[in-house]
Amino acid sequence: MALDQETLKQFVDTVRRYVRERLIPLEDQVADEDQIPEEVINEMKDMGLFGISIPEEFGGLGLTMSEEVAIIQEMGYTSPVFRSMFGTNVGIGSQGIIMDGTSEQKAKYLPLMASGELIGSFALTEPDAGSDAGSVRTSARLDGDEYILNGTKRFITNAPRAGVFTVMARTGTREEGGRGVSAFLVDAGLPGITLGKPDKKMGQKGSHTCDVIFDNVRVPRAALIGGVEGQGFKTAMKVLDRGRLHISALSVGTAKRLIDESVLYSTERKQFGTEICNFQLVQAMLADSQTEYYAGKCMVEETARAYDAGEKVSLQAASCKLFCTEMVGRVADRAVQVHGGSGYISEYCVERFYRDVRLFRLYEGTSQIQQLVIAKQLIREASEQTA
Amino acid sequence: MKILVSVKRVVDFNVKVRVKPDGTGVDLGNVKMAMNPFCEIAVEEGVRLKEQGIADEVVVVSIGPKACQEQIRTAMALGADRGIQIETDQELDSLAVAKLLAKVVEEEQPGLVILGKQSIDSDNNQTGQMLGALTGMPQGTFASEVNLVEGKVEVTREVDGGLQTLSLNLPAIVTTDLRLNEPRYASLPNFMKAKRKPLDTKSPADFGVDISPRLKTLKVEPPAERQAGIIVGSVDELVEKLKNEAKVI
Ligand SMILES: Cc1cc2nc3c(=O)[nH]c(=O)nc-3n(C[C@H](O)[C@H](O)[C@H](O)COP(=O)(O)OP(=O)(O)OC[C@H]3O[C@@H](n4cnc5c(N)ncnc54)[C@H](O)[C@@H]3O)c2cc1C
Repeated sequence: MALDQETLKQFVDTVRRYVRERLIPLEDQVADEDQIPEEVINEMKDMGLFGISIPEEFGGLGLTMSEEVAIIQEMGYTSPVFRSMFGTNVGIGSQGIIMDGTSEQKAKYLPLMASGELIGSFALTEPDAGSDAGSVRTSARLDGDEYILNGTKRFITNAPRAGVFTVMARTGTREEGGRGVSAFLVDAGLPGITLGKPDKKMGQKGSHTCDVIFDNVRVPRAALIGGVEGQGFKTAMKVLDRGRLHISALSVGTAKRLIDESVLYSTERKQFGTEICNFQLVQAMLADSQTEYYAGKCMVEETARAYDAGEKVSLQAASCKLFCTEMVGRVADRAVQVHGGSGYISEYCVERFYRDVRLFRLYEGTSQIQQLVIAKQLIREASEQTA
Repeated sequence: MKILVSVKRVVDFNVKVRVKPDGTGVDLGNVKMAMNPFCEIAVEEGVRLKEQGIADEVVVVSIGPKACQEQIRTAMALGADRGIQIETDQELDSLAVAKLLAKVVEEEQPGLVILGKQSIDSDNNQTGQMLGALTGMPQGTFASEVNLVEGKVEVTREVDGGLQTLSLNLPAIVTTDLRLNEPRYASLPNFMKAKRKPLDTKSPADFGVDISPRLKTLKVEPPAERQAGIIVGSVDELVEKLKNEAKVI
C-alpha cells in the first residue's frame, strides 16, 4: 500500500531516531555478547518492522518497495545484525508464501510472521550447493499424504530462532536441476530436525547462522508451497529481485554511516598541526565514498520505483546488488584508512563495520553471480533483437 | 477520567541552532522540527495512565502554526485519542499559551493536565505554573513520578537537594521532568491510525483570548564561545585556582 508522504516521513523519522538513540549505543554490547537483547527484539516487533513487506490483510504493513528501501536505508545506519533479526521475515522467509503460497499457507503463517511471533528462515544453501543453487540434494519423497525430507542445509540465518523453515528440496530427479526443486514450509519443531552449532563468523556478531539437518522429517502434503511440485526454484527466483534491492538499500545505509564516521573523525584528528580533513588526499577519500554512496542510493531508489510501477527489474536489481555491496566494501575500506591505526582497533566502529559488510557481497547471490545474471540478460536481449 | 496533554513544536533537539545574523531570533529556515522532548514525556505519561485503565481519554492540544498538526499526529500515533489545534502564526508568550490552555481546560474539564516542565526553545518554564494560577488548579511541577490514588494524584518532584512528594486534589496540573518515563517509539500502524483520529482546528479568537505579546524580544545572541580549559597538576593547585583566580570558593 502506498503511504502518503507525511505518514511515510513520520515513520522513517521514527526509525531514524530509534536507530540513533537506541540501537547505535547498543552496537558494541551486541557484538561483545553476540546477542541482541530480548527487549530490543520486542521493540522492533512493536514498531511493525517484522511485517513491513507483508500485506495489510495479513497484519503486515504492506509497504511498497520504495517505502521498504527508505526504511532499510535507515536500518543500515547501525549494525546490520538488528536488521538481520527481522530480515528473513521481510524477505525470502515470507515473500515465497505471499507470491506463490496457498490461501491456507498465507493464513497460517503470514500473520505470525508479520507480528514477529514466528521467525521464518530460508534454507536453500547446502554443503555442496551454494552459487549452484539448482543442484540442491536435500530430498523430499512423497509417502502417502506426507513428504519425507532428508538432507543438510548450511549457513541458515536465524535458524536457532526459527519457528518455520522454507526448505528447498528435490522432488524431481538430479538431472532436472532447478526444475526438480520444490519449496516446503517446515515447522521447526518437527521430529528429525536438528541444528548444528552456531557458525563462528568473521562479523555480524549477534546474528546467528547454523546447519539445519533433516533426518526423515515427515511434513504434510499441505506444506508444499503453492501445492505444486517443481515450482520451488521459480518461487525463489521471483523473490530475488526484492531481496537484492533490500540488501542494496542496506549497503547504502551502512555506507552513509561509514562516511559520517569518517568525516567526523577527520575533523577531530590532528596531524602536522591541523585537522586531517584539511589534507586533500583525505578529502579525496571522503569525496569518492560520498559519490559512490550517492550513485548507489540513486540506483536503488530508481529501481524500487520501477519495481513498484510493475516494470521488470531483474537486470537492474542485480546491478544494484553488485554495485552497492561492492561499493560499501570500498567505503568501509576507506573509512578504516581515514581512521589510520585507530580504524584497525575495535574501539572505533569502522573496524566492526569493515568485517560486517563483507557478507553483503557473498549472500543472496555473490558478486560474480550478479555479474552472470546481468551479462546473461544483456546477451539474451541482444539475441532477441537480432532474431 | 480525561487527561489533557499539551505539546509544542520546537527545533529538534539534535539540531545545532544558529542565531540569525540580524539578532532578531533563531534561524528556523530548513531546520528539522520535532515535538518538545518534555511534551513527549507528557504524552507518554498520559498514554500509560490510559493503558493502566486509570484514564479513559487522552486529548492532546497544540498551539501554533498549521505545521504543528504534525506533532499532534505524532502524539496520536503514540496513543492520544484526539487532537485540538489552536492555529496562529503569531509568536506567543507563555501567558498567552496559558490563557488559551485555561480555556481548553474550561471546555474539556479534564481530571488531569500534563505539560512539559519547559520547552527546549525558550526554556521559560512558566506555562504550567501560569495555567495553575489561571485555573486555580493545584500543580505538581518537575514530576519524576506520578501516581493516581483515590481521587488524588501523588507527584514526586525533583527539587534542589532531593525529592519531594505532593498529594494533589484532582483536577490537577502536572509538569514533567526528564526522568518521569522513557517515551516509546510509535509504530507505523499507529501512524496510519493516527491519520483517522479526530483533530479539531480552532483559532485564538474562538476562545476570545487576547494573545498580543506582553514581552518584546530585543536581541538574540549566541552564547560566548567557551574558552579552552587547562589541566592542573595537583588538587592543591586546583583549590588555589578556584580560590584566587576563579574566586568561586
Ligand atoms: C552469514 C551467512 C548467512 C547466510 N544465510 C543464508 C540463509 O539464510 N539461507 C541460505 O540458503 N543461505 C545462506 N547463506 C549462504 C550463501 O547464500 C552462500 O554462501 C552463497 O550463495 C555462496 O555460496 P557458497 O558459499 O557455496 O560459495 P560458492 O558457490 O562455492 O562460491 C565460491 C566462489 O566461486 C564463485 N563462483 C561460483 N560459481 C561461479 C560461477 N558460475 N561463475 C563465477 N564464479 C562463480 C563465487 O562467486 C565465489 O566467489 C549464508 C551465508 C553466510 C556466510
